[in-house]
Amino acid sequence: MSKKIQVSTTINGEPTDFLCEPNQSLLEVLRDGLNMTGSKEGCNNGNCGACSVLMDGRLVNSCLVLGAECEGAAITTIEGIATKDGLHPLQQKFLEHAALQCGICTPGFIVAAKALLDKNPHPTEHEVRYWLAGNLCRCTGYDKIIRAVLDVAGA
Amino acid sequence: MQNFEYLKPTTIEQAVAVLYREGDQAKPLSGGTDLIVQLREGRRSAKFVLDVKKIPELSQLTLNADGSVVIGAATPCHQIYGNAAIAAALPGLMDSCTLIGGTAIQGRASLGGNLCTASPAGDSIPSLIAHHAVCVIAGTGGWREVPVEAFCTAPGRNCLQRGEMLVSIKLPAMPAHSGGAYLRFIPRNEMDIAVASAGVTVTLDGDTITAARVAIGAVAPTPLLIDVAGAALVGRSIGDQDAIEACVAAAKAAAKPITDMRGTVEQRVHLVGVMVKRALAKAIERAQAKG
Ligand code: FES
Ligand code: FES
Repeated sequence: MSKKIQVSTTINGEPTDFLCEPNQSLLEVLRDGLNMTGSKEGCNNGNCGACSVLMDGRLVNSCLVLGAECEGAAITTIEGIATKDGLHPLQQKFLEHAALQCGICTPGFIVAAKALLDKNPHPTEHEVRYWLAGNLCRCTGYDKIIRAVLDVAGA
Repeated sequence: MQNFEYLKPTTIEQAVAVLYREGDQAKPLSGGTDLIVQLREGRRSAKFVLDVKKIPELSQLTLNADGSVVIGAATPCHQIYGNAAIAAALPGLMDSCTLIGGTAIQGRASLGGNLCTASPAGDSIPSLIAHHAVCVIAGTGGWREVPVEAFCTAPGRNCLQRGEMLVSIKLPAMPAHSGGAYLRFIPRNEMDIAVASAGVTVTLDGDTITAARVAIGAVAPTPLLIDVAGAALVGRSIGDQDAIEACVAAAKAAAKPITDMRGTVEQRVHLVGVMVKRALAKAIERAQAKG
């Protein structure tokens, strides 16, 4: 029925154009259109944070953003976190602290934690817990995740 | 998700023309944290979704020289609490903005959306009422202003007519020696829907309360301004326990909650009294700290 919309964005530093339906979320565009399946769909309604990405530097739930809303935006996904030289310190510390089990929540936690550390490189435990309150994990328990983030922050 | 057309108006005139033409089949989109979920789950339907974030008036955040504040209906919470001067000017509203959802929700969610969704438990609404906020509404027939306490008319319903759109929220400057606070009761530490809530602002002259405004949420079909609760405090000392109890009793008497999975009538009436008392104490503390 509806006409596809052409959207120009920058994703993980790469200029990226895509076509989407008006009713497609950014999460669907990433996963189904661009084959970037690192961002996960947990709840598809804004509760779990598995779909977390950065949009112009702000942490958002990509299941609650329309692809069409991303015109001109810079998006960072989990695929853009590691560098050429290796894992991001958050990724490394999540491994060292065994801060994951099934791993479904992990991309969301890492993207969300990166958003926090970009803004506040030395957060307190309290700040980390509140910042990550919108990310749910059903297996690991939160302590290891919090410890991994605090370790990166040098706390 | 259901099919719709995505429009990106850049002026109020364009937006209200579509809202008039399409009636309730056109929905303004700001942060999308309610609307996208509702469209996906079939709880609302739309043929047209109007992304209003490119309309300058809806994305503004202005602190005027006289201390009054204008917040665009689509301005996200993080931008509001990220502005130190505005955060200091509106302490009760800042409580609300920092506890709506988690960080990612606050990156998108707007006060206009919270108002238009018109949930009885909307976290920004009692504090907006306590801060004397006024809704600025544009329509094909002209502009009008409605106090926030008259904006929500029933759960999920508001006073907007066909062809009307919420543009911004105006908040007057708080007088000297004023403070405000918003508190809600939820069973968890964070990220939940209020079982009962209260927004309070007070103005002091020494130890005497010269003005007070009390609003409650999640205990009636819409958030409520309780004039008698505020009036019970005026002219009384901040330590006057009789006045405080009269204020709390007035709020509890006005509460008309329902029993649902989050709480019973009895629990909610009790809790709303506790929330009013604590929010009042916090508002007074902040008024004193401001000097
Ligand atoms: S999938 Fe987006 S918040 Fe759960
Ligand atoms: S590791 Fe399985 S949900 Fe977090």
